[in-house]
Amino acid sequence: MSLDLQTVRRVASLARLHLEEGEDHRLQAELNGILGWIEQLQEVDTADVEPLAGAGAAAMPMRDDVVTDGGQAAAVLANAPDRAGEFFAVPKVVE
Amino acid sequence: MHPTDFTIRGALEALNEGIVTSEALTQAHLEAIQVLNPRLNAFITVTAEKALEAARASDKRRADGLAGKLEGIPLAIKDLFCTAGTRTTAASRILGEFTPPYESTVTSNLLRDGAVFLGKVNLDEFAMGSSNATSAFGEVENPWQRSNDDGVRLVPGGSSGGSAAAVAARLALGATATDTGGSIRQPAALCGIAGIKPTYGRCSRWGVVAFASSLDTPGPVARTVEDCALLLESMSGHDPKDSTSANLPVPDFAAACARGVKGLRIGVPKEYRLEGMPDEIEALWQQGLDWLRAEGAEIVDISLPHTKYALPTYYIVAPAEASSNLARYDGVRYGARVDGEDLKDLYERTRAAGFGAEVKRRIMIGTYVLSAGYYDAYYLKAQKVRALIKRDFDFAFRDVDAILTPATPSAAFPAGEKQDDPVAMYLNDVFTVTANLAGIPGMTVPAGYDRHGLPLGLQVLARDFDEETVFAVGTTIEKAAALKALPQVRAFA
Repeated sequence: MSLDLQTVRRVASLARLHLEEGEDHRLQAELNGILGWIEQLQEVDTADVEPLAGAGAAAMPMRDDVVTDGGQAAAVLANAPDRAGEFFAVPKVVE
Repeated sequence: MHPTDFTIRGALEALNEGIVTSEALTQAHLEAIQVLNPRLNAFITVTAEKALEAARASDKRRADGLAGKLEGIPLAIKDLFCTAGTRTTAASRILGEFTPPYESTVTSNLLRDGAVFLGKVNLDEFAMGSSNATSAFGEVENPWQRSNDDGVRLVPGGSSGGSAAAVAARLALGATATDTGGSIRQPAALCGIAGIKPTYGRCSRWGVVAFASSLDTPGPVARTVEDCALLLESMSGHDPKDSTSANLPVPDFAAACARGVKGLRIGVPKEYRLEGMPDEIEALWQQGLDWLRAEGAEIVDISLPHTKYALPTYYIVAPAEASSNLARYDGVRYGARVDGEDLKDLYERTRAAGFGAEVKRRIMIGTYVLSAGYYDAYYLKAQKVRALIKRDFDFAFRDVDAILTPATPSAAFPAGEKQDDPVAMYLNDVFTVTANLAGIPGMTVPAGYDRHGLPLGLQVLARDFDEETVFAVGTTIEKAAALKALPQVRAFA
């Protein structure tokens, strides 16, 4: 499988990455190089193999559904590039 | 002897006997950093005042009979661990001047045991790289040089390049590091020190900037196997804040170092004999096996048939998880922001300006392999091959107690040498990445030198949560090798 330019731009949009002029061509070449190399996985017979998502414990631990932490607006906002009172501020999204 | 030449074990004894104070130890390391860091670039942030204050408080605790297990030991912290009140960058521009209001669990554990933090050390951006060349804060230089020094700067390995260089150059007695595909073991090998990636779940990932969550494993680097054991014991333990953290007791790792290898069965996987592997690496591997046999271990040929597919599997799984983890860097909640004409444009411009080329490459790969239409062909396929790689190890460990392999395919290489070809760079992790996919512990032990006098390491692998056997085998190799050479660039040299 090889990526065309349109797909590179679509993936960049999904990934929320602005591409500068010419960057799409460079990424296309690099990604196709990597994907070509990854292609060798197709030769492995994986019929009847259960996918493995992680190496950790199989069962997810459960805890009571209670608040263990909170009321820390100042700490949460401490690194925000822009804020308005106790909120993160972004450019207007609704007219 | 200069205070920077102590091992951690030796420094603890000297502190106990009153031969040295933590303040003096810390001061000596800070002076060394001041002299050598402009060249090595191992530290991104040095917290000199905080370190001296912590050292004085530590000396007081010791005098009061309240000494912890690592009381007064100066350490370097990989700048991927969040440290309360100290800038944490992940070596990325996108985090800007991010200063966490919280402390990672691993660093909290070290502080609880009395360790002193000298500062935050350099790494590949978001831990993505094998030469420390992708850091937004510049490259780190390996403190080792070729014996026929031609003035060539060598890479320290990555991603924990700053951790490994700082420890090798004696700018810290030990350091925290993280390993997602080999990022502890590969730089440890290239810098001639020891480093262990423990079992996935042994150390909490809480407060460690996430790269690939099912693979990321915090661990220590230090100059001896026993020092790694002392650090790992402090760093480990169950953490309710990390749902993948193992609820198991932490063994006495330092005691395990003295066990020896008598009666152990050591596996030699035939698939690790790569075509074109330098003779000196092949010879070192054989030497390691001979040392273990001489100490009473039995050497057993084994097969790990899916080894060949580990790296391509990793380069689907890790970018997929990274693309998801790095979605949080959007210029809104923390870090740098670049304004745009609307919110989506703000996100896109912030991320384009904030991430370096390697990080963008991996986000793109990850987004693609998870996207509709390609998920089954790439991501699901990789998860199935991952299951086969784990199964290979499960089979092997029915027959053997540990596995010995080379740590890296070569010694440290010159900066810029493999930069142009991502796949060539990825091959640096060819021996280490299987342990991350399977979750098992793996350690690099310095074992010899190449023809230029550069350090080479061997890798010891063992079953899940059997770090004790790793330390026993590692110590045996370390003792047999009895290495004496020191890096040319080091404190008080």
